[in-house]
Amino acid sequence: MRKTWWKILCIVLIFYVIIMGLIGPVPRLAIINESIRNTYFHVALWLAMTFLLFVSMVFSVRYLNKGRIGDDDIASELAKSAIFFGILGCLTGSLWANYTWGDPWPNDPKLNGAAVGILIYLAYLLLRSSFEDDQRRARISSVYNIFAFAVFIPIIYILPRLTDSLHPGSGGNSTFGSYDFDNNIRKVFYPAVIGYILLGLWLAELRIRIKVINRVREEALITDSNV
Amino acid sequence: MLLYVVSTVFVCYLSFNLRRNQLTPIVWNTLFWIILLFTAVNAIAKSFSQERHGRLLYYYNLCSPQSIIISKIVYNSFIMILLSVMGFVFYAFVMGNPVGDMKLFLICILLASLGFASVLTLIAGIASKADNSATLMAVLSFPVILPMLLMTIKLSKNALDGLDWSVSTDEISTLLSIDLIVITLSYLLFPYLWRS
Repeated sequence: MRKTWWKILCIVLIFYVIIMGLIGPVPRLAIINESIRNTYFHVALWLAMTFLLFVSMVFSVRYLNKGRIGDDDIASELAKSAIFFGILGCLTGSLWANYTWGDPWPNDPKLNGAAVGILIYLAYLLLRSSFEDDQRRARISSVYNIFAFAVFIPIIYILPRLTDSLHPGSGGNSTFGSYDFDNNIRKVFYPAVIGYILLGLWLAELRIRIKVINRVREEALITDSNV
Repeated sequence: MLLYVVSTVFVCYLSFNLRRNQLTPIVWNTLFWIILLFTAVNAIAKSFSQERHGRLLYYYNLCSPQSIIISKIVYNSFIMILLSVMGFVFYAFVMGNPVGDMKLFLICILLASLGFASVLTLIAGIASKADNSATLMAVLSFPVILPMLLMTIKLSKNALDGLDWSVSTDEISTLLSIDLIVITLSYLLFPYLWRS
């Protein structure tokens, strides 16, 4: 039983977020009304996704510097759980948009940017699957991963701010922190981000362990057949 | 490649032949950039896959990877500028020329050619290492190039309408900064690609 405390913390945080998010006190706002509770899920999921992608890019850089195959395993699995969060973020976002903007997919630059961002990372998975050799796949997909992150950040966070968007923080709308973030929301929002990040790390960690076990077994098979 | 541009433009011209009056400036603009995008992908995809293995080894002995990627980007940029200017001349010749502000439109072509060339050169380098490189090239490059394409279309729309230059400084600076980011990234990342 090594290092189980953060998994317990993750479960506790996520249950706390679900319960407090659904029944806790929230500020009353026009138009948004009770759907402000979606902040705990939609916004927090996107932040967690960006964080996971950032860590994934850091591990890709580390792989290119040191050349250890384990770093690339970590980078790819983190990217996979980030894509999972991204798809969840899109779904919760479209639920929210359906009730506040009256359309599950309004033609909004940030939404289209998010779709393009997910396409970029799906292309990353496709790129990974098109190589046979481990080291070669690791090196080339690391290069693409760094490149993808550098393109992903402008698409999601910079370009929508230059044009008119329905999201806060774009086209003259003020950003989140300035108006409706009172302390009740903060008490749930920050634990939510941490909880999702831990969940993503946990998902990635399980898959990394499966990968390592498979690699060890394959090597054992090869050495057995040689003897 | 020039023949490719010219024939694509001609196909578009013939397809729109029935309803010439429906060709609004927006359609004109979008069609032009999509033709250029496909031309760019086709032209630059060759830049790595056409090289023989032996010649790559020869380059490897001769000079550093940084100078190779920079020279490839410069070469591809010149090809793209040539292709897009020729493409534009022929396109305007058959489809009519609604451009209001010629200088701004030329700047837009210049920036877009630079950007397409630099993004696609690195992607072509990545794709050439895999087996089915033609499909991979398309899949990898389209999402990456999309924001650049959108900015370009917006900028050239401003040029079409002949708006004041101060309106489009935002787009110009964004395009320039995307170009810069991409070129520095290719400069930093290409040595790792090169080794394999």
